[in-house]
Amino acid sequence: MEKILEAKDVLKVYENGVIANRAVSIAVEENTIHAVVGENGAGKTTLMKIIFGIEQAQDGEIFFKGEKVHIRSPRDAIRIGIGMVHQHLMLAPDLTVAENMVLGNEPLRAKLFLDTDRAGEITLQVSEEYGLQVPPNKKIKDLPIGVRQRVEILKALFRNAELLILDEPTSVLTPQETEVLFKTLKNLKKQGKTIIFISHKLNEVKQIADRVTIMRDARVIDTRDASELTEHDIAQLMVGRDISFERIRAPVTLGESLLSVRNLSYVNDEAILVLNKMSFDVRSGEILGLAGVVGNGQTELVRILTGLLQPSEGEITLRGENLIGLSPRRIREKGLCHIPEDRMEDGVAEETTLEENFILDRYYKPGFSKGLRLLWKDISQHSRELIEKFNILAQSTKTPVSALSGGNIQKVVVARELSSDPDVIIAAHPTRGIDVGSEEMVHRLLQEARDRGKAIFLASADLDEILKLSTRVIVIYNGGIAAHFQDVSKITAGDLGPYMLGVQREEAVSGKVSA
Amino acid sequence: MEKFLLKYFTLIRVIIAIGIGIVISVFLIYLTSQEPGFSLRSFLLGPFLTRSRLAHLFETASPIIFCGLAIAVAFQAKQFNIGAEGSLYLGAAVGTAFAVSTNMPAFIHIPLVLLIAGLTGALWSFIPGILKAKWKASELVSSLMLNYVAYFLGLYLINYHFRDKEAGFLVSFKLPETAWLARFIPDTRIHYGIILALVLAVLVYYFLYHTTAGYEIRSTGFNERFARFGGISVFKVIILCQVILGFLAAFGGMTEVMGIHRRFLWQSSPGYGWDGIIVAIIGRSHPLLIVPASFFLAYMRVGGRVLNLMSDVPAEMVMVIQSIIILLITAEAFLSQWKYRITVRQAERGGAA
Ligand SMILES: Nc1ncnc2c1ncn2[C@@H]1O[C@H](COP(=O)(O)OP(=O)(O)OP(=O)(O)O)[C@@H](O)[C@H]1O
Ligand SMILES: [Mg+2]
Repeated sequence: MEKILEAKDVLKVYENGVIANRAVSIAVEENTIHAVVGENGAGKTTLMKIIFGIEQAQDGEIFFKGEKVHIRSPRDAIRIGIGMVHQHLMLAPDLTVAENMVLGNEPLRAKLFLDTDRAGEITLQVSEEYGLQVPPNKKIKDLPIGVRQRVEILKALFRNAELLILDEPTSVLTPQETEVLFKTLKNLKKQGKTIIFISHKLNEVKQIADRVTIMRDARVIDTRDASELTEHDIAQLMVGRDISFERIRAPVTLGESLLSVRNLSYVNDEAILVLNKMSFDVRSGEILGLAGVVGNGQTELVRILTGLLQPSEGEITLRGENLIGLSPRRIREKGLCHIPEDRMEDGVAEETTLEENFILDRYYKPGFSKGLRLLWKDISQHSRELIEKFNILAQSTKTPVSALSGGNIQKVVVARELSSDPDVIIAAHPTRGIDVGSEEMVHRLLQEARDRGKAIFLASADLDEILKLSTRVIVIYNGGIAAHFQDVSKITAGDLGPYMLGVQREEAVSGKVSA
Repeated sequence: MEKFLLKYFTLIRVIIAIGIGIVISVFLIYLTSQEPGFSLRSFLLGPFLTRSRLAHLFETASPIIFCGLAIAVAFQAKQFNIGAEGSLYLGAAVGTAFAVSTNMPAFIHIPLVLLIAGLTGALWSFIPGILKAKWKASELVSSLMLNYVAYFLGLYLINYHFRDKEAGFLVSFKLPETAWLARFIPDTRIHYGIILALVLAVLVYYFLYHTTAGYEIRSTGFNERFARFGGISVFKVIILCQVILGFLAAFGGMTEVMGIHRRFLWQSSPGYGWDGIIVAIIGRSHPLLIVPASFFLAYMRVGGRVLNLMSDVPAEMVMVIQSIIILLITAEAFLSQWKYRITVRQAERGGAA
């Protein structure tokens, strides 16, 4: 088969001296879906950025359709027919979905002005064609991360690239959406396109990839046919040790309700009812999973619980004490932490050091400051411990967050939030972009917290994660609770599906479901 | 060698930028002057050649340091308040008014006058702060507008209420000696203001990098959503940093009045607030870098003045030359490719081992 892309002996050294790709060679055959897997920081994104012209390699060659190419910018890449969906989405936050879709390729009116109507039509058309729903006239900054992800994918598809690079496109998609995306990808393949696909979800890799390249520690370890490998093999090649995929279920001892939500409603700026009289409890010793298709109110719910958004109506109490109207600081001090859905926007300050990111919620507490003075020595020590404990790949505590790989940035956020030892943990996509090995660690930490009597609220697009960890599950649809599963051990992702899509509501069934 | 280059890259970059700026200046001076050699010497060496010019360098740097520090505090929180000029002007006017109408021993008079000036500036700068924090009004616009208001208010205060009619110029009464900042080098006007400026540079540095409030300010600057997310009161930060800005600028303005002129004689705004913006940019908003940056700008200004007085180079060309040099220094990306190549070579060497 023809090779559409071939990279040979790529060397990439970042400005701070980190070698991210070392003699990396990869050959992608035309008309295949080629997965690239590897631990956090293995160099996957770096390699893709080089192919797409965002980063420049110091050594090595790239051939596209047999010809040697010099890709100096994304513009060059797009021109020769390469498209890319980035791990950290690169959309203009102040522009609408439609404007973002056509950016760089705008339909014009009178040869000068953006034809907004036309852009909207194009967006709807593309959205229809590929089965990913997006609201054309909403600004990107007002959308939950999962919807942004859809926009970014559609944008790349719309460009009609021959080689499409997808860097963790499914990390915040629900299984249903992933299904739709995969159908699209298979269709594209049928049309003769080639796809490079990065994911930490190995079942996805098995499901869709023809070939798999495994990277470890800035090198390519191996490239094989996907059919030759099991998920287990891949994980082992990636990490170099064994990993468990079991649902771990310790006997739970449920305690009192720590976090209690009653009749919570939220009407947004556009007068849309986003949350509709939600009521639920999160009890000590349990993980309450929140399942749902992105955009059904999860983002707003989480922001309200953590004090970042004010609800229109309802009550939230932690151990009986009211949380509504309190500042995020006061809420945190009552014993609540928050792993946000978008690590880049809320979770970190990219430009500054790991240390300064670690102390965000505790810099004013004893041990980190004395009076007004920050105790930098102790802060550095604390940071070193977190880096070690959470297995974060970073040069030092003074490394800027922007020099970390996506998964490692996620670990920074998780490390900070979980290490504050809160009573209530609000976790939105806590393992987003984290590799299988570290995912196991985060899951273990959440379970340990649960066993120590904490209350955990887990909102995740990853149903496997929800089913693996949760004690109980509620399904959110259109701002309301569509179903409530008391015993997770008996259900599968398939049972949740109809509720997530709003095809079924709780009243209609009995048996497994109870209120 | 290469390690050394990497370590001092920023410094080396500034030196090279200055070098290039000088080459361009030489070229421009040759173009416009009949006696280029002499003109060039006036510009580059002029500031060092006489005692009074050397003193002038220090006198000029002093208020610029205050304003640079002021702006830097706001810039660190990404608050683009450019109101140092207005706070300085109004603060100095009110401080002067207070100084000339009171009488007390120097050891109380001096700190009190400085404090009153500083608080006036702080209060003035509180306005764009609260407008931003509460109603999201751009501090850039409001502080700019308020500069004009401050100017006319200050002018009104001095010209209508504290004007010395005997002076023959539009100036305020002379400050009582108890409110003078002493000059400590004979035959110059270098006064204790410069010492205060240097001390404040260290204090502001300490405040920004070693205190919790400084952390709050910088975190807000890095990513406002992040700060909010972690429980930092962004509202407080926005106001705090602008109040500090106003205080520092007005404080600096007052030292200038108390040490140099000893009366308020600015009929037009002196422009230190604008120079403060330039040095804050050159010094990357770092308090300790603001000091050399201010001396450099003072050097440019004094050199320009000498050039203007002594040679036939037109004043406009002097401005052009100054601006080119400043532009080169402030350009972020200048030489970054070069640094990058060295890093790569270093890493490869390390990587191979
Ligand atoms: N801008 C940067 N500056 C310096 N170092 C960087 C930069 N970006 C990435 N690195 C480093 O390069 C290495 C590879 O990062 P890369 O982002 O390619 O990893 P990845 O395989 O995509 O990981 P993940 O699964 O976490 O996304 C990491 O050690 C990372 O710290
Ligand atoms: Mg990556």
